[in-house]
Amino acid sequence: MSLAENFKKTFKIKNQINYIVIAVFLVVMAILSNGNMINRSTAGLLVRISYSIILAVSLNLVVGFLGELSLGHAGFMCVGAYIGCFCAEELNGIIDNRVLVLIIAMIIGGLSASVFGFIIGLPALRLKGDYLAIVTLAFGEIVRNVLKNLPMFGGAKGLATTHIQIPSKTLFIIGFITVLAVLFFIQNLIRSKHGRAITAIRDNEIAARAMGINVTFYKLFVFTVSAFFAGMAGVIYGHFTNPVMYSTFSYNYSIEILVMVVLGGMGSINGSIIAAALITYINFKLQSQLTGDLAALKLLIYAIILIVVVVFNNAPSLKPLKEKLSVKSLRKAILRRTKTDAIYDDDAAWNRIDTKIDMDEVVSTDIKPNDFSSPVEPEKGGKK
Amino acid sequence: MITLLDGLSLGAVYALIALGYTMVYGIAKMLNFAHGDIIMVGAYAILTTINACGNVWVGFAISVVVCTVMGVLIERLAYRPLRGASPLAVLITAIGVSYLLQGIAQLVFGARPHPISMPNLGMINIGSTRISVSTVVTLIVGAIIMAALTVFVKKTRTGRAMVAVSEDSGAAKLMGVSVNTIIMITFAIGSALAAFASLFYLMQIPTVEPTLGSMPGIKAFTAAVIGGIGSIPGAMIGGVLLGIIEKICQSIPAISPYTTAIEFSLLILILLVRPIGILGKKRREKV
Repeated sequence: MSLAENFKKTFKIKNQINYIVIAVFLVVMAILSNGNMINRSTAGLLVRISYSIILAVSLNLVVGFLGELSLGHAGFMCVGAYIGCFCAEELNGIIDNRVLVLIIAMIIGGLSASVFGFIIGLPALRLKGDYLAIVTLAFGEIVRNVLKNLPMFGGAKGLATTHIQIPSKTLFIIGFITVLAVLFFIQNLIRSKHGRAITAIRDNEIAARAMGINVTFYKLFVFTVSAFFAGMAGVIYGHFTNPVMYSTFSYNYSIEILVMVVLGGMGSINGSIIAAALITYINFKLQSQLTGDLAALKLLIYAIILIVVVVFNNAPSLKPLKEKLSVKSLRKAILRRTKTDAIYDDDAAWNRIDTKIDMDEVVSTDIKPNDFSSPVEPEKGGKK
Repeated sequence: MITLLDGLSLGAVYALIALGYTMVYGIAKMLNFAHGDIIMVGAYAILTTINACGNVWVGFAISVVVCTVMGVLIERLAYRPLRGASPLAVLITAIGVSYLLQGIAQLVFGARPHPISMPNLGMINIGSTRISVSTVVTLIVGAIIMAALTVFVKKTRTGRAMVAVSEDSGAAKLMGVSVNTIIMITFAIGSALAAFASLFYLMQIPTVEPTLGSMPGIKAFTAAVIGGIGSIPGAMIGGVLLGIIEKICQSIPAISPYTTAIEFSLLILILLVRPIGILGKKRREKV
């Protein structure tokens, strides 16, 4: 195989499109900001979008690919933000370059968050589903509660990050470069042998184990990696907001990230990116309008997104509707319409015969006592 | 001693909430995140009726009805379409329902906490210690409900059908048990218990706000896990234990800020060491 062919095989435009879109977007925005075309609040929005994308994509790794619900993603972000920014404040006097400080802080924050990700991954080995969700939720609350009471980190006033603030116009460029790096890592991970192992665990853990997949390793690995990126996002947040408040990283924030993942589609990286950008944008726009009791509308929107998207995608009874509305079948329908004379295909006709038996139908057909078609009186089952 | 009694009365409320959790979890095999918010709905029902007619007991009766209807509605509209879907989907929907209830409450009643005047039942002397009547009532009612539920589950047809559904819903279906009806009844009972919980919660903390249910809800789930989820006496024990631990932690100045952290660490520890809780039964996963 020649080199060009090999390259053609690995480089599919479909797989790389998101890098290109983000990179082009970044370059355009950087040029605009260089020419003073975007104002401070837009630059701030871009920073928010960048760390939201990192959060959503890393949570998707746990929820969409490993298939475990984590309600403590904001907790990992909190650890990263506090420890990373604390170190950045200390480093600030030693290293002159703020961007360099930010990069070091991101690594420190990510590593410290990933330590906690590892610790949370340990219960994940024995627990799953609801229990694990509660453990991650509990973890988020523990982190908040402890950091609030440590005087080292500013206690109830939050961690002051006055000296390490980076202007949004610079920060969003770093933020989006980080997004590209995270995407590069996660997408390559998912398309690798390891990624397939992770999705195998999601689909059937017992079968995956039987196939020789090291479930222990992969679960810990996913939690650690996901926490690492959340910690990095936290550090970017810390360089943007002053002070870093423990109260930001509540259960509600974790849910907000989850809403991004669910809206974008669990297991879809591009979906997470778009949903994260969209929700952050909507939040930003509505922030000034929705004050006081109207803030409840945000809760309602989130609730409706969660319920409608999940029920539509998962309800067994809605499956026919979903298949009808899917892109694939729509395309097929259009093709069928454009085709003038369909060639009769015996194979296709055979395939069209519905041979599936609806087990629920079979099981729930019971004989009523007054049903005259029933030949025998049904017995009264069980002890009275 | 006072701390212990305080803990006991808080624990009794947790126990009542935990009973609702454990019923639903034990039978429908799903974590009803919205349970805490049904308590909030019950509390608003009591608040509205007290403002309208001034009687707590009428309010309580109405709140039982409202909560039960609410529980059944939620089950019918949000959870039933997902029967047979992955647990992850059900869990996310439950979170959505919880948000929905909070959002609606905030829109209708506002985010600000409403004070509510609950009747003071007074104090009684037991031995040398004074103890509030509401604590005693909460404990007694909790114990009665626990006993009644145990009898209900063990002796009645519906109760035994519940056990059957909890053990193997597919086999129960084949035996002629209407799984959907049983799960609906379970939700009705669990939500009615939430109304009881909201009454006793308000007796201790007489303010109503949209987020009233979330923290007690999560803590009560912790209690249910400590006691062994799915076990009715376990929920009671876990609830009382958690209440006492919380009050003891709060009474020691050195660790009082870390109360939440301690409670949740306890949850993680128990899940790590003995995931089935104190009274839980072990289940093996089959292929």
